[in-house]
Amino acid sequence: MNIIVCIKQVPETTDVRINPETNTLIREGVKSIINPFDMYAIEEAVLLKEKFGGKATVITMGPPQAHEALREAISLGIDEAVLVSDRAFAGSDTWATSYTLAAAIKKIGQFDLVICGKQASDGDTAQVGPGIAVWLNIPQVTYVKKVEDIKDNKAKVESMTEEGYDIIETPLPALFTVVKEINTPRLPSLKGMMRAKKAEIITWGKNDLGVEDDKIGLKGSPTQVVKIFTPPKRAGGQILQGETSEIVEKLINAIRDVV
Amino acid sequence: MSIAVIIEKCTGCGLCVKACPFGAIKVTDKKAVIDFHKCNLCGACVDACKLKAIIIEKKEVNKIVPEAKGVWVFAEQKKGKLQTVGFELLGKAQELAKKLNTEVSAVLLGHNMEHQAKELISRGADTVYLVDKEELANYQSEPYTEVLVKLIRKYKPEIFLCGATTIGRSLISRVAVKINAGLTADCTGLDIDPEKKILLQTRPAFGGNIMATIITPNHRPQMSTVRHKVMKEIAPDRNRKGKIVKEDVESNLLVSRTKLLDIVEEIESTVNLAEADIIVSGGRGLRDPKNFSLVQDLAKTLGAAVGSSRAAVDAGWMPYSHQVGQTGRTVCPKIYFAIGISGQIQHLVGMQSSDIIVAINNDSSAPIFQVATYGIVGDLFEIVPALTKKFKEVLKK
Repeated sequence: MNIIVCIKQVPETTDVRINPETNTLIREGVKSIINPFDMYAIEEAVLLKEKFGGKATVITMGPPQAHEALREAISLGIDEAVLVSDRAFAGSDTWATSYTLAAAIKKIGQFDLVICGKQASDGDTAQVGPGIAVWLNIPQVTYVKKVEDIKDNKAKVESMTEEGYDIIETPLPALFTVVKEINTPRLPSLKGMMRAKKAEIITWGKNDLGVEDDKIGLKGSPTQVVKIFTPPKRAGGQILQGETSEIVEKLINAIRDVV
Repeated sequence: MSIAVIIEKCTGCGLCVKACPFGAIKVTDKKAVIDFHKCNLCGACVDACKLKAIIIEKKEVNKIVPEAKGVWVFAEQKKGKLQTVGFELLGKAQELAKKLNTEVSAVLLGHNMEHQAKELISRGADTVYLVDKEELANYQSEPYTEVLVKLIRKYKPEIFLCGATTIGRSLISRVAVKINAGLTADCTGLDIDPEKKILLQTRPAFGGNIMATIITPNHRPQMSTVRHKVMKEIAPDRNRKGKIVKEDVESNLLVSRTKLLDIVEEIESTVNLAEADIIVSGGRGLRDPKNFSLVQDLAKTLGAAVGSSRAAVDAGWMPYSHQVGQTGRTVCPKIYFAIGISGQIQHLVGMQSSDIIVAINNDSSAPIFQVATYGIVGDLFEIVPALTKKFKEVLKK
């Protein structure tokens, strides 16, 4: 079974704070990490590979620094890593990103499954996974919380909904986006870390992928960011004080109309 | 579109470095250098630069799609029941349509849905495009995508709105790719640019730490998914007039490679977090899983949904489906109770847009108090039962 995992390098958001004086994001010392949801995608690929055999390949689109994320994925049990990187890809929105990643996946060759995290923690769009499925013309199942079974080239999975979950059967190849509940990611093994250090990272640019100029980067992105601002601060709250009965009284008076 | 630093004007003061939300600027040899891999052309640096040393050239809005007209709303249904997010979107769509001097349409896919189509008219739709097929009874990504693509190509709406629900997010990204349209996810603000008449879509990014306004200048429709509970629904008017257009589609569009075998509803989710007006969440401060009953009692009294911090889920006290926060669900109810939750940033990003936040915690330095509308520093084991008791009395009246 050949599995491709799409990951994204994101800033470790716990460190993204607003500087109260300049009202901007504090970037100094912000570490880059693998998008937390992609850690579950990596783990699921490794688990399936361990169960069914085959190969797991990780792919990311980003600047050369994204090497770090790819090496980490290898330390976690992924076999091969591909970096899709080109200045021409800069400024891609989800439309152009899904197009470019799909082109790279086609170049990797035969696969049974593409796994993505449900969304990235910086952009939070959840759009790239389904977009890739469309470009590759393969079925998708989003918010997968459990892979129940894979046999006869079919997978049976549980897909999270607001009320519970759907049980869905899909032929392979298919694309899954996965949620946290699906597994518990392992820590890198010593052997994995050694392998990651030495691993060769395949790098593909625009010309390697044979992508169309008007579908990549800024030019290929229908959406444009026109303004970035910090959200208005929450109006100052108040601490309710006094005996328990007084506090309860105060709170109920304050919110009675909304309940 | 391009960005450039005018070297002669730049003094390397670093104001742009501080302003850049993407960390894309460095000062090297006393000149600002932009890393194009990271730059999103948002223009924060242009505004920050006092010497006007950074310029951005943006594409002009081109009017290639003058025939696109109307504001469309995807009316999501589950088991034949219309989801309230659709009503919220119809309310917003009316406002947008007024500014564009155009009409509002709802698109409804399902089976035996005529009655619901009428409901959509009373909720603000001038036209309802109804595709009634057995194959569309429940959401499946492929037939839903194909049918929407067909309708959009046929009628060419200029704006298309959809709830940022699990279905909406899975479906609309597919449609946008197929029809080569721009899509902005999870919007919390929508407006029309008064001059250019284009949709201004505002959404949180970086877990709500920054907001971005996004446009789709050259593609139609301009598509957005919109967060639940952000827009206000308008009161239904049963006398409102509108028309229902029944659309037929070719059977080859209804084929699904995935097969929906079963829909499982979990008992704990009696009130769905996304739909709830009130959420009562508990965290590790409850000390023991059985103390979650305090949270549940209050929730039951208020008709609220039960949420949980990540810590309580990871400890196995609550199922993952209740988790609020970065790796769980993002919610924005009218009232959010955080009980025994310290308020780590990952939790805050999932609930800080709630209208009212009530925090109960014994640690006065807990970060949750920085976002709380009403903070109570004290023993939750005393306060929560007292609160539940009092609410029971008050609500009975």
